[in-house]
Amino acid sequence: MGSDVERLVMGRYVVRRLGQLVVVVLGATMVLFACLFVLPGDPVGQIAGSDKARDPAVIEQLHKQYGLDKPLVVQYGSYVGKLAKGDLGQDYTQGRPVTEILAPKLLNTAKLAVVAIVFDVIIGIAAGVIAAMRRYSVWDITVTFSTTLAIGVPSIVLGMIMQWVFVIKLGWFPLISDGTFNSLILPAFTLAIIDAALVAQIARSTMLEVMGADYVKTAVAKGLSRPVVLLRHILRNSVIPVITYVGISFGALLGGAIITETIFNWDGIGLALVTAIQQNNNPIIVGVVTISVAVFVVLNLIVDLLYAALDPRIRLA
Amino acid sequence: MTELVTGKEGPAAAGPTAEQQGAEPTVVRVSQWSDIRARFFANKLAVLGLFILVVLVIVAVFAPLLAPFDPLKQDLANTLQAPGGDHLLGTDSLGRDQLSRLIYGSRIAMIVGMASILVACTIGIVLGALAGYFGRLIDSVIMRVADVFFAFPLLIGAIVVILLMGRGVLPVVLSLGIFSWATFARLLRSQILSVREMDYVHAARALGASQFRTIRRHILPNSLTAVLVYATSNVGIAIVAEASLSYLGVGVPPEVAEWGNMIAAGRDFMGVKDFMWMYPSLAIVVTALGFVLLGNGLRDALDPKLR
Repeated sequence: MGSDVERLVMGRYVVRRLGQLVVVVLGATMVLFACLFVLPGDPVGQIAGSDKARDPAVIEQLHKQYGLDKPLVVQYGSYVGKLAKGDLGQDYTQGRPVTEILAPKLLNTAKLAVVAIVFDVIIGIAAGVIAAMRRYSVWDITVTFSTTLAIGVPSIVLGMIMQWVFVIKLGWFPLISDGTFNSLILPAFTLAIIDAALVAQIARSTMLEVMGADYVKTAVAKGLSRPVVLLRHILRNSVIPVITYVGISFGALLGGAIITETIFNWDGIGLALVTAIQQNNNPIIVGVVTISVAVFVVLNLIVDLLYAALDPRIRLA
Repeated sequence: MTELVTGKEGPAAAGPTAEQQGAEPTVVRVSQWSDIRARFFANKLAVLGLFILVVLVIVAVFAPLLAPFDPLKQDLANTLQAPGGDHLLGTDSLGRDQLSRLIYGSRIAMIVGMASILVACTIGIVLGALAGYFGRLIDSVIMRVADVFFAFPLLIGAIVVILLMGRGVLPVVLSLGIFSWATFARLLRSQILSVREMDYVHAARALGASQFRTIRRHILPNSLTAVLVYATSNVGIAIVAEASLSYLGVGVPPEVAEWGNMIAAGRDFMGVKDFMWMYPSLAIVVTALGFVLLGNGLRDALDPKLR
């Protein structure tokens, strides 16, 4: 990215992608809003108490307070308008701003996701590199076998097994999460291990592909040492699919976090979503989904930009 | 990786080359497929995957004959029985026979897994083909819509649709399909974009093949391979997603004999009655593994370069 022309191209690309991002988030909120607010059942009933205790005046007042008396289009307009200012509305059960409720939970989920990604990348790349360097060795077969197995094991099952072995049988970790790092390890590992298997497979196959490339043969032929060839030529060219995958999997991680957080009682947005569903607490549901979508598209943008920065072959069209 | 029907390798050399394929397709097809079949059956893991799935389909189809009890029948005098005796895999907290529930659970898994991928595949192939072949405005619009759906993590998107439709098999199928098609569309589109520029497609056009014939005979067959392989491995993912939804309490109703429900029911008895969650877990793992192995086997058989 040296010349002015390149910088200009990059700048225009970033602006265009940001525009796309806004469109995607708006589209997603529209899908979401259309789904949730044509649902049968009046959320206000939950706030006003049991059916017998309902007072029409109270219900009308609550409808007004939450803007539920207005037409859907108006509700959507005000939701998007507030969203642009970072306001996700008020929740139904506590009457507190959704952002205020979700902020600490989002932080918890972020902690979980970051630790998981670190596990993910370290385990995945290490396993993939070993398997590719020692192709058809015992190591390679072990990695291939265990990655295939890990991909087949869903996180509900893995989470149950982890809890059974390390909490019930060995007692190494607390059953009820207390928010400390100690209670973060198991859920993060559960979240990471399946992705790590995929990362390992991708790292292995791209490395094998790159190792057969002409420029690697040239590098070896001109007498470069093995570590230099590995680091400068093979790893650098293999890392792009891995980065793409990790970027995409971050979104899946947010999806997977629902399960992991539910199993391990980790107080993140996934658990908040499950609780909100049970309580018919639409603002929280809308909030969690909006946040997940926004985080996902922003991460995708970052991945694409990294991509372009790492690989000059990728044209920004 | 896209030139499935080009007859590059194998004993097809005697047959016509890719460019002539339109003229005498049968000769190439036969040798190609027998080649692929041979590669598939030489792969032990792929055969294992196929075997697992065949057994599962048989179990699902003949569930009423195989199950020793009614999976919904409660027997409050015999709750939480350990495996063995009358109830081979024990009973749950309502005295329902675990083995029968496990057997009937395979039906839900297979139906939901295959149907949701069918939904995703259909939407994805139609939209992906339109976008890839026509390009320009149609492409932009379809791909932006795909971006919107792609932006939802699968489970989160599925939960939204299920909230709308209520719990049940159909909502789960539709919700998983609706939030999976974007990947199929993207994959097919990118395949078409590269296949469209292949020499044999140009050759077909130069020989005067109509647009429809070019799409049907040359572009689609060569682009669909990757999509079908992806679909196969994804049935397992859909089954896992379905079980996860039920586990979270938003899939099929809790009384239904379904693996995710069984694991959720066993969760409260962890460390006490572990058989309750272990057998359904095993069932899910074996099923998911079957589809992964089959998908990998197909991929390797169709494209030996990738191995």
